[in-house]
Amino acid sequence: MEQENLVVQMKGISKVYPNGIAANRDVNFTLRRGEIHAIMGENGAGKSTLMKILFGLEQPTSGEILVNGEPVVINSPNKAISLGIGMVHQHFMLVPSLTVAENIVLGMAPTKSRVFVDYKKAVEIAEENATRFNLRIDPNAKVVDIPVGMKQKVEILKALVRGAKILILDEPTAVLTTQETSELFKELISLKEQGFTIVFISHKLKEIKQITDRLTIMRNGKSMGVYETASISEEEISRLMVGRDVVLEVIKDKAQPSETVLKVRDLEYTDRWNKKMLDKVSFSVRKGEILGIAGVEGNGQRELVEMLFNLNVPDAGTVYANGKSLIGMPQNIIRDQGVSLVPEDRMTYGIADIASIEENVISDRFGEKRFNRGPLFNMREIHQESETLIVDYRILAKSRKQQVKMLSGGNIQKVVVARELSSQPTLLIADQPTRGIDVGATEFIRNQIVELSRNGSGVLLVSADLNEVIELSDSLIVMYGGKIVAYFEDTDQLDDITMGEYMLGLKHQTEEEIAKVCYE
Amino acid sequence: MTNDLLLLIFNADFLFSLIRITAPILFAALGAVIAEKAGVVNIGLEGIMMISALFGVMFAYWTQLWWVGVLGALVVGVLLALMIGFFAFELKTNIILAGIAVNMLGAGGTIFLLSMLTGMKGNTGALVTRELLIPTINIPLIKSIPVLGQVLSGHAVLTYLAFLFVWLMWVLLYKTPLGLNIRAVGENPDAATSIGVSVQKIQYIAIALSGAMAGLGGAFMSMYYSQGWNSGMVAGRGFIALAATAMGRGEPVGTMLSSLLFGLAQALRTKVSGIQGVSSYLVSVIPYLVTIIGLVAYAISIKNKLKKRSPASKGA
Repeated sequence: MEQENLVVQMKGISKVYPNGIAANRDVNFTLRRGEIHAIMGENGAGKSTLMKILFGLEQPTSGEILVNGEPVVINSPNKAISLGIGMVHQHFMLVPSLTVAENIVLGMAPTKSRVFVDYKKAVEIAEENATRFNLRIDPNAKVVDIPVGMKQKVEILKALVRGAKILILDEPTAVLTTQETSELFKELISLKEQGFTIVFISHKLKEIKQITDRLTIMRNGKSMGVYETASISEEEISRLMVGRDVVLEVIKDKAQPSETVLKVRDLEYTDRWNKKMLDKVSFSVRKGEILGIAGVEGNGQRELVEMLFNLNVPDAGTVYANGKSLIGMPQNIIRDQGVSLVPEDRMTYGIADIASIEENVISDRFGEKRFNRGPLFNMREIHQESETLIVDYRILAKSRKQQVKMLSGGNIQKVVVARELSSQPTLLIADQPTRGIDVGATEFIRNQIVELSRNGSGVLLVSADLNEVIELSDSLIVMYGGKIVAYFEDTDQLDDITMGEYMLGLKHQTEEEIAKVCYE
Repeated sequence: MTNDLLLLIFNADFLFSLIRITAPILFAALGAVIAEKAGVVNIGLEGIMMISALFGVMFAYWTQLWWVGVLGALVVGVLLALMIGFFAFELKTNIILAGIAVNMLGAGGTIFLLSMLTGMKGNTGALVTRELLIPTINIPLIKSIPVLGQVLSGHAVLTYLAFLFVWLMWVLLYKTPLGLNIRAVGENPDAATSIGVSVQKIQYIAIALSGAMAGLGGAFMSMYYSQGWNSGMVAGRGFIALAATAMGRGEPVGTMLSSLLFGLAQALRTKVSGIQGVSSYLVSVIPYLVTIIGLVAYAISIKNKLKKRSPASKGA
């Protein structure tokens, strides 16, 4: 009987990308008919990959999928649609200049005299389904003119009109206002009552508790188990989501922070989707310490780093490094203040991928006198510099002339670190410095960061890796919803359960406690 | 004095030639419209026109039938466009480079081809007899209306066809499922893919239609406008068409209006350079000057539009 109720069974699904990154590892996942099932996990936990496999956008490396008890191979979205599976992507797949009705019938437009689009019929189809599924839309409006909430309804209708019985919603509330979210929830419950099965990808605890029947928690590509929503506490979910598999230890002396090197005060930023990404963010980084920023991705960390390096401009607030304002300054001036950045997206901001290792490591210093002889480069000096850095930072490469994109991820990151750390910065901003790289390179880079701070530089470390951020940092702030919600002067006593509660917004400190991070 | 000059220029004859001069630009511009709507940049219009123009003459000569020539030019246009598509979509070449390649083929390859096929150098000369030209039509009633008859009647079949295609193109884009798919693919290919519309198939169809338009434009040039093929014949009309399309915001009717503007510039050049005391060098700049002014005006209007649409957008 139980078997019959399972509309989808995914057994032993693994997905390993050609570059060796395993997005899913032996994941089991089942869907009961008529349930709302959450897939929870941090960014990069493998939730989206698993659902892309179910929708035919990705092929599993191994594993088996059964739909309604039949083994199936889902090799394209078309196949998924024909099996009654529909997906609403986080970024809407709509054509802005077409009307709502046209978007809904796209690819299956009704015709008259077999030649012309029967637009009236298209509107009828849209209206009929909108009424039936209780999703209010304006079929004649152009998509470019409708609000986000309605766009989402159009996406849901697109799937339903094509006969979807199983709906996958990828972080549907990420772009919605509170009212829109509660409207969506009503609609989803009404769909559930009509017998539809819904998968709800999210990392927002409160929403999950509110609307789902069961949940699957994912971490590091693995399933951490399936739970009845009613019988698991928020604390338990948070522990399963962000907990550490292996506790990592970094050996370092006690920090001896001295004067302030970075002063950030009341930074505010609202993005173009009108979402407040930074809300009165204030903190200081002192020389000789590593200040970590923990938080689930998307809570303002990226925007914060952008503001510090003038990759974006805040709406309000100030940023001072060594007493000089950084806002609106060209990056070379920021670097002249002794600020270095190991960026999150190393392939875009960290390196020029078709240039050589040598060209990359001197790209911040080729103007220096020692590298020039009259109007020409002093190539001997440049060769010597790059050779030294390759040895010092243990970059594994054929020669200094090798293209950076030919290196492994870990060695590419070492090229970035070599350039950013060898310039003797007084402030290093390290954003996800060890993401996606091998263990050896990770350890090397972490040790380099510790050494830099012990030699008297300030380090701001942003990392979504809880292990890293707890072990590497001397003190730590937690960001949630664009705000700093906690400051820990000492990371020694921290455990992942407490951290998880702050990171997922279950707890926050008082203003006074948080304000301690502002040193003058 | 000024009045006399205006009368000298803007008479029925002038308006007639305006329509005649606009037709080939319009063909190519419609080709650019359909490609652009599908998100494809067909920069090879110029080359396609050159090559189709030559084949139009050759097919007509071989069969001694003008309409076979026109059809042949159309087919050659489609094949060349599909070739650009094949290089771009299948072999993943940059589509601009593929288009430039066809343009160079049109400039150099045609002379070679002509010499191979006929032994002639640079133009088809005597191959084209009066019977092989695209025939003109006198429209029964309109013909007898003064002025209007002189302007509208007596054009080549293809001239009327060019203006008819403006309407047909609009119908295709806005009233048929294919048009809906083309617009979807051009605007958001991911949206099309997500509901099972093949982006590549739609883009092939669009670029083939684009080639067909350029092919007809080529036939018009060699089989009516210049009365024979010669190597400098298309003279940038393929590029002017791209400018006209940009100015017409990629819409059929708008593109027709901007094509008429470019036609006007060319017609003026012809007319003014006939007037004594005017430097013909200076006058020959007019069409290109109009192109530049038009594109600048277009760019400014787009910029203002973007500003209006997103007042809150900032920074990155």
